[in-house]
Amino acid sequence: MAEAASVQIATPPATSAAPIAASARGLWREFGELPVLRDVALELHRGETLVVLGPNGAGKTTLLRVLATLLRPTAGEVSVLGCSLPRESWRARGRIGYLGHEPLLYRDLTGAENLRFAARLQGLGPGAPGRIAELVDRVGMSRRADEQVRTLSAGMVQRLAVCRAILHEPELLLLDEPSSHLDPEAAALVEPLLATAPDRARVLVTHEVDSGLAEADRVLALRAGGAVAYEGPANGLSAGDARAIYGGAP
Amino acid sequence: MTAGSEARAHPGRRRGVSVDAFKAILAKDLRVELRTLQSVPAMALFAITTFVLFRYGLDRTTLSGSLAAGVLLATVLFAAILAINRLFVAERDEGGFDAIRLAPVDGTALGVAKAGALMVYLLVLEAITLPVFAIFFLDSWSGLPALAGVLALTDVGLAALGALVSVIAANSRARDLLVPLVLLPLLVPVMIAAGNAAEPLLAAQGPDYGGIGKWLGFLALYDMTFIAVGFAVYDFLLED
Amino acid sequence: MKVPSLRVTSIAAVLCLSAGFALVFFYAPLDVDQGFIQKIFYLHVPLAICSLAGFVIAAIHAIRHLRTGDPVHDVRSYVSIHLSVIFGVGVLLTGSIWAHASWGKWWVWDEPTLVSFLIVFLLYVTYYPLRYAIEDRDRQARYASVFAITAGAFVPLNFIAVRMAQSLVHPRVFATANGGLPGSMLFTFLVCLLGMALLWTCLVRFELAAKSASAKLSRLRRALEGETYAAPSGSRIAPGIVSRAPSALS
Repeated sequence: MAEAASVQIATPPATSAAPIAASARGLWREFGELPVLRDVALELHRGETLVVLGPNGAGKTTLLRVLATLLRPTAGEVSVLGCSLPRESWRARGRIGYLGHEPLLYRDLTGAENLRFAARLQGLGPGAPGRIAELVDRVGMSRRADEQVRTLSAGMVQRLAVCRAILHEPELLLLDEPSSHLDPEAAALVEPLLATAPDRARVLVTHEVDSGLAEADRVLALRAGGAVAYEGPANGLSAGDARAIYGGAP
Repeated sequence: MTAGSEARAHPGRRRGVSVDAFKAILAKDLRVELRTLQSVPAMALFAITTFVLFRYGLDRTTLSGSLAAGVLLATVLFAAILAINRLFVAERDEGGFDAIRLAPVDGTALGVAKAGALMVYLLVLEAITLPVFAIFFLDSWSGLPALAGVLALTDVGLAALGALVSVIAANSRARDLLVPLVLLPLLVPVMIAAGNAAEPLLAAQGPDYGGIGKWLGFLALYDMTFIAVGFAVYDFLLED
Repeated sequence: MKVPSLRVTSIAAVLCLSAGFALVFFYAPLDVDQGFIQKIFYLHVPLAICSLAGFVIAAIHAIRHLRTGDPVHDVRSYVSIHLSVIFGVGVLLTGSIWAHASWGKWWVWDEPTLVSFLIVFLLYVTYYPLRYAIEDRDRQARYASVFAITAGAFVPLNFIAVRMAQSLVHPRVFATANGGLPGSMLFTFLVCLLGMALLWTCLVRFELAAKSASAKLSRLRRALEGETYAAPSGSRIAPGIVSRAPSALS
């Protein structure tokens, strides 16, 4: 059986001893006949942050959705929190926190109602109301938690979305440009909630190359079309190389 | 190797349907409907207007027997399609599918909750329109309680199939077209059974309860079949 | 289980159908009531039985597709429905001709089998717009399977309902003026039924072979164009045949 030639560049051996939070090998994802992810590989240990860089159309969001178990890989091995996808997707759900472009909040419910709903779906017990109140307070939304989401600004909605994503204390955070819509003050409130911690792993998609590289333990850089340009430790990729992947645009 | 068919294999069955998730989703839907009133008032208005259309289309001011049953059932069926088209709008537009799929919840909970919500909408619809229908067209009201029972049994099948077809259509293009196209043939047996059960209840000379048993039996069989089919397949519909 | 080759099945189908038609014209007795036109029954009923059996077979393939995720079953389901719908057109046409010859009208509501068939046909015809309306190949196949199963469960219920609603006494297929099907007619009917079943099987296998060939062709073409794929791929609208080991050079 002929194998497709691997496109990835050298991967130095992993140095972390922590358990693997997410890994992929030979990951392909097609929409119809169009490949959006081509032969992607990655490895992420607990406590680490993987930053995904790439121009628009490189498949970053698709990759995140595959890791979130929202999309099936067309081919390849993908494992998240020890669960092989898609066969064991159901086991990984409830341990993943996903913050995508959509806030995943019902516009006709209030922020508090949305979070209570999410808590029930996640099976959080009687401690849920307390946790919700605490999170809402930490993002500075206490006063507006009882207003319908449709009346809130994009920044407020994003803050509530952050609460929703981490409500169940997930072991793996999948963050797709989490600071979008947030002014610096709000971003400062949100940042500690999404920060690195030893008991969780993060995959962060961002367009901000410099700050992204600063936070990263490992980097996955995708080209337009979904092929891997670089996958490995953050110190193996300079900011200049990273920007070059964007085709010169910073 | 996990490429190819293994990667496509269906994720294993998880432990049973989450009853709490079902209740949470049903409560959410009913709360949203109560707040936005986007389905039930439209259904009721549509039904009442359709009655008026029938009055002129058939050129009759009283209805009885099979004609009354037919007008009532056809109207309820078409009104149901309005609600069915809207059943998954929030999920589709506001990322609700993602929100529910990310949770450790069986897809069945979502399907059954939606069917439950649809059932509630239909019962409310009938509570409003049955009296209106009686006022518009019926000379005798004595068959109405039994008729309400027949309608309730019909609603179960309508809700089960309606939610199922709605999920299928929600994720496709031309979804508003697909729902009636696929659903109406599937509902013909319901029309047959409910119509035949309702006909003697609406007879001009007063309700006749004989012979209704076999039709109710068929409706029950039909309802159970598609509830079972729904339970079996919702998971597959909500995976991706 | 060794399945006879396509050539053997085709020859058997041709022989059986020829034998059947010979019997129809030269052996089976003329019906007392309806005369020569009654002979269309030897075409109409086998078409109907094979069509309905085809729908049930499609449902079985659909169940296997959902359970295993193997696209092969989806293709078989699709082709089964496709051919049963075509046979269904034949049923409705021959039924209409028979109705006109027997009772002077092009359509009669009194024949419950014909009416049930119309409803089933109207349902299965929506299979095509349903498939075309879903772009993602994987989801399209799964939804089509769900449809095939739902419709398969619907068929018997539909027949029961229509039969129950039948109020008039009406000349039925298996009741002639003699009150039953005489031996010679029964024999002719069975031969025709067997021939039609072989024809259906034959056509299904032809179509499956054609799809398989065109899928291989497009894979080879893509390989020649230099796109070495590890990912499986198929046609966008109708299901493609995908081999178990995805390879550019299978």
